[in-house]
Amino acid sequence: MTTTTREIEFRDALRDAMSEEMRRDKRVFLMGEEVAEYNGAYKVSKGMLDEFGPKRIIDTPISETGFAGLGIGAAMMDLRPIIEFMSWSFSLVAADQILNNAPKMLYMSGGQFGCPIVFRGNDGAGGQLGSTHSWCVEGLFSSVPGVKIAIPFDPYDAKGLLKTAIRDDDPVFFLESERLLSTKGSVPEEDYTVPFGKALIRRAGTDCTIVSFGRPLYFCLEAAEELAAEGIDCEVIDGRTIRPLDIDTIIESVKKTNYCVVVDQSWPFASVASEIAAQVHQYCFDDLDNHVHRVNSDDVPTPYAYALEQAYLPNTRKVCEAVRAVTYNA
Amino acid sequence: MPLKKAFTTTIDNVSILDEHGSFDAKLGAPGGKPIIPDDDLVKLYEHMCLCRKYDEVAFKLQRSGRMGTYPENRGQEATSLGAAYALNGDDWLVPCYRENAGLFWRGLPLEFVLLHWMGDERGNAIPEGMCITPLAIPIGTQMLHATGLAWASKYRNEKRLACTFFGDGATSEGDFHEAANFAANLDIPVIFFCQNNGWAISVPTKIQCSAPTIAQRGIAYGMDSIQCDGNDIFAVVYCMKEAAKRARENNRPTFIEAVTYRLGDHTTADDARRYRDAKEVEKWNNRDPMIRLRNYLVQRKLWDDAKQEAAVARAKEAVTAAVKRAEEIASPKTADIFNSMYAELPDDLVIQRETMMTHSLGQHPEELPPTSTQQRTHQQA
Repeated sequence: MTTTTREIEFRDALRDAMSEEMRRDKRVFLMGEEVAEYNGAYKVSKGMLDEFGPKRIIDTPISETGFAGLGIGAAMMDLRPIIEFMSWSFSLVAADQILNNAPKMLYMSGGQFGCPIVFRGNDGAGGQLGSTHSWCVEGLFSSVPGVKIAIPFDPYDAKGLLKTAIRDDDPVFFLESERLLSTKGSVPEEDYTVPFGKALIRRAGTDCTIVSFGRPLYFCLEAAEELAAEGIDCEVIDGRTIRPLDIDTIIESVKKTNYCVVVDQSWPFASVASEIAAQVHQYCFDDLDNHVHRVNSDDVPTPYAYALEQAYLPNTRKVCEAVRAVTYNA
Repeated sequence: MPLKKAFTTTIDNVSILDEHGSFDAKLGAPGGKPIIPDDDLVKLYEHMCLCRKYDEVAFKLQRSGRMGTYPENRGQEATSLGAAYALNGDDWLVPCYRENAGLFWRGLPLEFVLLHWMGDERGNAIPEGMCITPLAIPIGTQMLHATGLAWASKYRNEKRLACTFFGDGATSEGDFHEAANFAANLDIPVIFFCQNNGWAISVPTKIQCSAPTIAQRGIAYGMDSIQCDGNDIFAVVYCMKEAAKRARENNRPTFIEAVTYRLGDHTTADDARRYRDAKEVEKWNNRDPMIRLRNYLVQRKLWDDAKQEAAVARAKEAVTAAVKRAEEIASPKTADIFNSMYAELPDDLVIQRETMMTHSLGQHPEELPPTSTQQRTHQQA
């Protein structure tokens, strides 16, 4: 049986996921700044107002706390809000609602009020946007119990993971990369979802495990090709979701390769990479031939200057160097 | 060119039964029909007696070490009670933490609030269909949830509204301003019910708001706003009925500033004598919502000392029984820590739950029952 596929952009995949879920479930609505009349600041919601009308595609005041909190209230009534942050950097003003309310609602109501809500938007450096607009929130937010965090890498996952997020009964933080919105990939015509907590091996290899999420995976895959030419065969794992984290797939890989590099675009201190490194050390202590190496952004605010920003972010060169360093004794 | 007025407004203040016992029949009984029928009025007063007794007992429970902390409601009974009375049973009550009277009127079993303050999340698991949200402690966050609940009701064409309660201090929080802006701009049927009780712990209202009324904050966002005597249940009910009508018919929000006073401390962790003038407290003791209502009922021959005695006895009995029920609920088990974390507990938390009694996360003691995760953790050990 052959599957019909079509080539679409990442942003189209996000829109298709939302539109299909909105057709499927009347409880789903999209709310955020400029999502309706303007088709979204990044044109992710293009055409959705025409199809679903202003009742379900809602332009809001510039008021992140407002629409985050309103969405939580609507989710408590078992509607299925999709709340778009133009950038996750702007979610920080709504931190109390998204970190102190949404993920605790079920727990603090003794199980009575669920919070089936999706917060989504651009995460990570978009390219010379300055430090306050270039947050990778996963380093900070993944520490909070009660959230689920998904980071899609390609259009297939963008659509499949977002559909899972919308159907999920818990609050989901969906982190998209502005730099990936125009990338293309093929997606099936028919309905599909990508489950949370199931990592994907993007490149099989035997010599070193590289774990990453979202955009930096491009660097990892590029690095893997470069390193293959040097005789180092890397296995590249796309974690897909940070919470829940599929540590089993990572463990299985490290037990085979005995080396591990984690590539994480957030800051190094108490980061997603730190957590994965800690768990790999715990579960693979006897299998490791070197300590886990991490590639993170530098421990400074995202620089504004082009050259400095480039130097600050993870890139292919840094991944290559980390792999060479970790496997020096192979 | 002469200056033109871009906008002028006034804030109405509603008082129907004042502290001296005078009753404004024009507002309180238009066309001879009282806005609160006599039978209901007696029930409302008796309910206040119950809440006052509840407060007294809860305070003692805390002082005797049987409860963690407790915020006295004393003096503010007429506000949330009048609000709950004026609403339908399926309208949302979205409280902060000084609305016992309204919540109990709606039907919340008395032991729930005790259980909450005794430190048990299950006290916030409001019985299904009661349309009450959990007590909100962080100040102001619940106003946005109320706006969302009301928005969801509108989305579903249900004609239900949400009434959210908060203090004067909470109107300084950004959450209030964003909720008010949303409610007014998006036509959301929510009632912002401000209990202006004079104090946010030790901070007086004038430090929260330098305008003459809190109510004008609602005007600023384009919603109808009104001030009332919050110790006058008639005034509260009057404002609520107007607000509910506006919400149900036109999806418009209303801001109500009910001027009242916190006769007790902020919570049992506070001692208001250290920052409040005794004369001020004395003045407000004389404006106690229960005194004026009782006098009114007596004057109308709807109440007498015998009834009072019987009501207090019934209240005592009900509260004693509620304390017993709350204290009989077994403490949660340690493993219950992970209850209600997610709709379904993810694998990593299953491991944490199974290993929480050991010295390190993921370290499996031999005696634990085998699980799907055991192989992994044993290989590590």
